[in-house]
Amino acid sequence: MALYFFTPFIAIILTILGGGIIFYILGFNPIESLKFYFITPISNLYGFSELLLKATPLCLIAIGLSFCFKSNNWNIGAEGQLTFGAIVGGGVALLFYNQEGFYILPLVIIAGAIGGMFFALIPAILKTYFNTNEILVSLMLVYVSKLLLDYLVVGPWSNPEGFNFPETRQFSDSSRMPLLFEGLRIHAGIFLALAAVMLSWFILYKTYLGFQIKVSGLSLKTAKYAGFKGKTMILVVFMISGACAGLAGVGEIAGPIGQLHRMISPDYGFTAIIVAFLGRLNPFGIIFASLVVALTYLGAETAQIFLQIPKYTGQVFQGMILFFLLASDYLLFFKVKILNLKKNELRH
Amino acid sequence: MSLDISFIGILIGSIMASSVPLILAASGELITERSGVLNLGVEGMMIIGAISGFALMVITDNLFIAILGSMLSGVIISLIFGFLTQSLLTNHVATGLALTIFGIGLSAMLGKNFVGIPGKEFPILFLSLRESIPFFGPILFGHSIVLYFAFALPFLTNYFLKKTKLGLVVRAVGDSPVSASNQGINVILVRYCCILYGGAMCGLAGAYLSLIYTPQWIENMTAGRGWIALALVVFATWSPIKVLIGALIFGGITILQLHMQAIGFRIPVQFLSALPYLMTIIVLVVISRDSRKIKLNTPTSLGRIFYKEK
Repeated sequence: MALYFFTPFIAIILTILGGGIIFYILGFNPIESLKFYFITPISNLYGFSELLLKATPLCLIAIGLSFCFKSNNWNIGAEGQLTFGAIVGGGVALLFYNQEGFYILPLVIIAGAIGGMFFALIPAILKTYFNTNEILVSLMLVYVSKLLLDYLVVGPWSNPEGFNFPETRQFSDSSRMPLLFEGLRIHAGIFLALAAVMLSWFILYKTYLGFQIKVSGLSLKTAKYAGFKGKTMILVVFMISGACAGLAGVGEIAGPIGQLHRMISPDYGFTAIIVAFLGRLNPFGIIFASLVVALTYLGAETAQIFLQIPKYTGQVFQGMILFFLLASDYLLFFKVKILNLKKNELRH
Repeated sequence: MSLDISFIGILIGSIMASSVPLILAASGELITERSGVLNLGVEGMMIIGAISGFALMVITDNLFIAILGSMLSGVIISLIFGFLTQSLLTNHVATGLALTIFGIGLSAMLGKNFVGIPGKEFPILFLSLRESIPFFGPILFGHSIVLYFAFALPFLTNYFLKKTKLGLVVRAVGDSPVSASNQGINVILVRYCCILYGGAMCGLAGAYLSLIYTPQWIENMTAGRGWIALALVVFATWSPIKVLIGALIFGGITILQLHMQAIGFRIPVQFLSALPYLMTIIVLVVISRDSRKIKLNTPTSLGRIFYKEK
């Protein structure tokens, strides 16, 4: 069990080494480059606040995904649920674009969560009632939602005074997440993420629903034998997951962005899958993992400035983390095998 | 704009050209999936193929080496996926996603110095016939050799799966790895081969984009075609011939968009772009409801981890 939570650290170390090798091959000083990547970005207060800003959506989405993954439901369309949540939440914010009032932000947030929830229900309902593969459906819907957003920001929702730029009006101040500190972009959305962490810990480890989720993940047959309502549970985990992704979407548009446009998320919904795995589907593990993965986004931006390399390098690191993590799981598997061998020897 | 007969011929020719990367990648992925492996890394393998093909063309000035190299790079990158899923028994979905994320990042890094370099003209065959025969000329002639290969590939794949012994082995491994293993088939080896073949075809699909279709290197130039190819395999219900039909439909939608934009048609282009994804979902629902239909071609063990106890 200790090894189970230890291997993510091995994966991170191997990723850093791998990154150093890639930098070396590309003709950069590996130590210098890694410093630009992992240390420079968070060496001041502003950088650290940016890290938290990027970790917030990752953490929120990954918490939601952990419900799905724990119960063996492969929702990989969080990016779509994020986008649809942002569309619905953004739509509400645009309704109130010229109004102020304390009630607007809660409405925007709730609308975003409902939007994400609704969008996650599509693969869930198709899975439960039509036996459709949720991996493929949730994935296809990502592109549908992105195209819908694209249509809205160039078409009906585009800013009438915006010189045909593909973006909506700016939201009013009442639709924006309150900033936590003067001069930093970090906003109240981080409390949503922390609340999600606490709540998910409570649900997963202290309630009957959490027990059902875990049992279904370990063995579907056992879950059936125990008489759990499988269909309801599938719908519930997808709704939780979608709501979290929707909240993450709203956090972005009502937070640092302040309007809708094409690029509301640098694939947070996909990267959060890495976060969920790296955090071992454990609420507190996910906090840690979201900070690590957020650093790859931030590091890529810094490296782009200092080393003039495309910021896609962040994805190289993200891919490597998941590769190494999955590979190091073999150690666990191997250990199980060794233990089994020992048991057999004892028996003989 | 007049819709005369020669214009329709040119239109069909351009639809065929735009469907080539989809046919190549989907045919490769189809073999991989028929062996029971779900590789979501299509987009990543395609983009790696695109940059390696283009880079090799610039460096060696030899298109043959470039095409071959792109396929080899697809094989190498899919080897990561194969090693992880087959030897280290990792989850197919997570590994495939990691491969796509990694591939897009790596291609941008490798391609840093190749942005803005003009491509080389790729030789096209039977140019004179294209000009001289109305309607059929632009459809049948004046294409690159890769296009002809792509249009033959679904038939070859169909023949391979249905008529050859090796094809039977692949299907057996995909439908029931345990029984196949008991028959003395090396399941892991077969799956490795299918994964690497899929990688080669995705690499070629990428090279088609960067060497022939739009001869240049642009970051992220596959632009989601890998995901459409993945959808296409499902849309075609794992049947190679339907992959060809589906690719022409999906490719046709892309071309239609361009022309509708040009003549100022009122349907938003985004709805057309979303059609392949929506159609795939509908097909999925239809085939999943009817258990007989899904059993026909769907590899039963798709995405499940197999290991042999020693």
